[in-house]
Amino acid sequence: MKLWKIFGGLKLKGNKSMSMKHATQDAPLPKILTLPLKQHIGYAAEPCVKVGDAVLKGQIIAEAKDYISTPIHAPSSGKIIAIEKHRIPHPSGISTDCIVLETDGKEQWLECKPNANYRQLEANEVRNIIRDAGIVGLGGAGFPSYIKLNTEQTNAIDTLILNGAECEPYITCDAMLMQEQSRKIIDGLNVMRHALHAKQCVIAVEDNKRAAHTLLVNALHEHEAEYIDIIQVPTLYPAGGEKQLIKMITGKEVPSNGLPLNIGVVCHNVATASAIADAVLEGKPLISRYVTVTGEGVDHPTNLNILFGTPFSDLVDLCKRNNKAEQFIMGGPMMGFEVSTDNIPVIKTSNCILVQAKETKTEFVMPCIRCGKCAEVCPAQLLPQQLYWYANAKNFDKVQDHNIYDCIECGCCSYVCPSHIPLVQYYRFAKTEIYALEQEKKKSDIARQRHEFRQFRLERKKAENEERKRQKRELLKKVNGDKASNDKSSAEDAKKSAIEAAMARVKAKRDSQSITPANTDNLTAQQKKSIAEADARRNKEQKES
Amino acid sequence: MKSSPYIQTDENISRMMLAVIYALIPGTLAYVHFFGFGVIINIAIAVLTAIICEVSILKIRQRPIKPFIYDGTAVLTAILLALALPTLTPWWLPALGSAFAIIIAKHLYGGMGYNPFNPAMVGYAMLLIAFPKEMTAWIPAETHGLSFFDSLRYSFFETLPAGVSYDALTMATPLDSIKTQLSLGYTLDEIHSTNSQLFGNIAGYGWEWVNVLFLLGGIVLIFIKVINWHIPVAMLGALAFMAMIFNFSDAGTYSSISFHLFGGAAMLGAFFIATDPVTAAVSNRGRLIYGAGIGVLVYIIRTWGGYPDAIAFAVLLMNMAVPMIDYYNKPVVFGAIDKK
Repeated sequence: MKLWKIFGGLKLKGNKSMSMKHATQDAPLPKILTLPLKQHIGYAAEPCVKVGDAVLKGQIIAEAKDYISTPIHAPSSGKIIAIEKHRIPHPSGISTDCIVLETDGKEQWLECKPNANYRQLEANEVRNIIRDAGIVGLGGAGFPSYIKLNTEQTNAIDTLILNGAECEPYITCDAMLMQEQSRKIIDGLNVMRHALHAKQCVIAVEDNKRAAHTLLVNALHEHEAEYIDIIQVPTLYPAGGEKQLIKMITGKEVPSNGLPLNIGVVCHNVATASAIADAVLEGKPLISRYVTVTGEGVDHPTNLNILFGTPFSDLVDLCKRNNKAEQFIMGGPMMGFEVSTDNIPVIKTSNCILVQAKETKTEFVMPCIRCGKCAEVCPAQLLPQQLYWYANAKNFDKVQDHNIYDCIECGCCSYVCPSHIPLVQYYRFAKTEIYALEQEKKKSDIARQRHEFRQFRLERKKAENEERKRQKRELLKKVNGDKASNDKSSAEDAKKSAIEAAMARVKAKRDSQSITPANTDNLTAQQKKSIAEADARRNKEQKES
Repeated sequence: MKSSPYIQTDENISRMMLAVIYALIPGTLAYVHFFGFGVIINIAIAVLTAIICEVSILKIRQRPIKPFIYDGTAVLTAILLALALPTLTPWWLPALGSAFAIIIAKHLYGGMGYNPFNPAMVGYAMLLIAFPKEMTAWIPAETHGLSFFDSLRYSFFETLPAGVSYDALTMATPLDSIKTQLSLGYTLDEIHSTNSQLFGNIAGYGWEWVNVLFLLGGIVLIFIKVINWHIPVAMLGALAFMAMIFNFSDAGTYSSISFHLFGGAAMLGAFFIATDPVTAAVSNRGRLIYGAGIGVLVYIIRTWGGYPDAIAFAVLLMNMAVPMIDYYNKPVVFGAIDKK
C-alpha cells in the first residue's frame, strides 16, 4: 500500500522498551474505586444509584445525560459509599462529582448479554449497544465512540482506519494490546465496519512495533477478511494524530474546520476496537483499560489492565515507586499533562502514567530568533513563531488570522525551539483568551439586545398612550363639538360635562362594587356591647374637651 | 505547573552560534594566509568591543547578562563585521563599527531577536559611508610581507616598518579595480591581462580561496541543519543568473559568473550574513525571494552602483522588505479548503 508524506514532525527517542518487558497483568482489586461523572468532552453522566446501594460488576451507576455523553458502569461489585467531590485527572487539578464504590471482593457480574450474531442487527442497534457500554475513544481525547460510528447515510464511509500508531514516547499500552488482544481488535474492527458500512479498513501500526504488526497479521489470516489492510507507518511523531494518519494513508487532508467524515474517513483507536468487541460480542461494558505505568520514577515499569477508579498511587506502588517519583504526568511527555498528586483515579482516557523526577534545571527562555525550526516541524503547517509573536502581544485577531484553531497542540514547536520558548503554552493561553472574549461578546450582545428591546418597549408604550389620549380627546371633541356649535361657553361645558362624566363613572364603579363596611355585620352580643361602650366613652371625652 | 511538552531538544542558541563561528574558521585562516594577521587583530578588537558594549547595555536595560553573553550572538556579529573590513586598518575602525552594531543596530531596536536590520551590516555600512578611504584600502594578497607585530603596530600607531609606505601597500580589491578601470574605458580582457597577478586563476588571487573555504563552511552548516539551503542557494543563483545574462550579452564589459561568485564577499554574504535568522524571511518561499532579492541587488550595485561590493547594502535593503515578504508568503495550512 502506498503511503503519503506528512509535513513536519519529529523523530523522538521512544523510551518504549522499558515498559514492554512483561506481559500485561490485571492490577489487584483496590478497596475503593472513585468514578468521576465526567470523563470526557461533553456532558457529565447522571448518577442513578444512591449512597448505600449495592451494585454488581458492570451495572450502570450513572446514565448518559445528553447526546455527547456516555454512561458509567461499576467496575466491580460492592457498595456505593459516597457521591461527592474528589480530585480528578485534569490539568487544573479541579475536583468534580464522583461516585465512590467500596468493593466487596466478590467481583460478581451483572448478567451479560452477548450479541455474537451482531451482523443481523441494524447499525443503530449496534451503536446503542456501544453507547450503553460507555465506550469512548481510548486514544486520549475520549470522545463518545458511538457518535463517530454514526454516518446517517450508508456507504458514506470509504475507509475505516484503526489507529495503532502510538507515536508518543514512553506509551506502550496500545502496542501491548495489539500483541496480546490482536484477535479481539480485528473482531472490534468488524463490528465497527458493520455499523459504518465502510468499504475498506486499515490498521496502521508504527514500524517500531514489529511484534504487534506480525501478531495482527497472523490474527487476520484466521479471519480471511480481504477488506482489511494492516500497514506499517513510519515512526514519526505525531504520525498517530488523527489528521496526520489519515493523510499518510489516504493522501487526503481533513478540511481545516471539518471532520474526517467529510472526506469519507473514520478513525478509531485500536483500544476502542477491543472495547467494542467486548461490548458487542460478550456484552461486557467498558470498566477497565490497559495503562502504561513507566518513567524513571518506578523500578518496574510495565503495562497493567486497570479498573477505572483505581488510584494512581496504588499503581505507582505496584510498579515499585522509587525516590525519583516526584512528577506525575497523565499521557505522554509531548501531549500529556502534569497532575499535582497521585491521589486521583484512573479514568477512561488514562493511557499512561509517566512518573519521573522534577526538572530542577529550568532553561532560561531566550527571545525568538525567528530561526523557523518550529515552522519546519509543525504538522499543521502553521507559522508557530508568528503565532507566538501575536499571542504574546495579545493581538488575537492576528492570532486567528494565522489559523490558531488548526493547531493540534502536538508540542513539536516547543520541542525544537532553541530559545526554549514554551510555545504551546502561549497558544493555549490565546485560545482560552479568545474563548473568554467571545463569551464576553456574547454576554454584551445579549445585554445590548435586552437594552434595545426595553427601549423599544418603552417607546411603544409611550406611543400607545399617546394614541389612546388622542383618541379620547377626539371622542370628547366630537361629543362636545355639536354643543359648541350653538353654545359659546362650550369649553366650560365640556369641562363640566367631563367632570360630571368622571363623577358618574366613579359612582357607577362604587355602586357596582357596592362597598359597605363588612366588619359590623353578624356581631356577637358581647362585641355590640363593647362597641356601645366605646362610643359612649368617646362622646363623653368629646364633651369634656 | 508547566504544561506539555515535558521534553525538549538540547539545541540552543549558543550552540547554533558556536557552530557558525566554527564554520567561519577555514575561510578566516585563508584570509590570514593571503592578507596577513590584520584580520585576527580586527576580530579581537571587534569582539572585545562587542562584549563590553553588550554587557554595559544589558546592565543599563536591567536584563540578565549571562544568558545574553553566552548566546554568542554579539561575538558572531563582531566577527562578521571584522571579516568584512580591510585587513590593515587602524584599531578604532573595528571598534567603532562593532560598538555601532551592538548599541545602535541591536539594542536600540530591542536587543537580540528584535533587530530588523543585520547589526554587522549596519556597522559596516556606517563605516563605509563615514570612512570611505580607510574602508576601501586593501593590501594585496601575499605580497605585503607584514608580520603579526607589523600589523599590530599599524593598528594602534598607524606606523609601518621603515621603507614601506602605506600607499605602496594598499591597492584596490579585484572588484574595485574592475569598476575603476571599466570606467576608464578598458575592456575586461585588457584589465585582466594587465593585472594578472591581482586576478589569480578564476576570480582574484587569494579571494578565490577565501570564498571556496567560506563555501565549504556554509555547506557544513546546511548539512548540520544550522542554516537552511534556501537563502544561500537563491542568492548565489540569482547573482549567477544575472552575471550569466549580462556576460553573455557583452563579455567585454560584464564580468563572468565565477568572478562574481568568487571574487568578492559573495560566499561570506550568502552563507553567513544573509542567513541571520532574525533579519531574514521565515517561510521557505519567503527565504527564496529574500535570497534572490539580495543576489539581484548585489549584481546591480556591483555593476552600476557607486560601491565596488554590495553585500551590506543588498542585505539591508532586503531586511526592509522582510515584513512584506513574510506577509505574502504564509504557508498554506493543513486541510485548507482552497488547496487543490
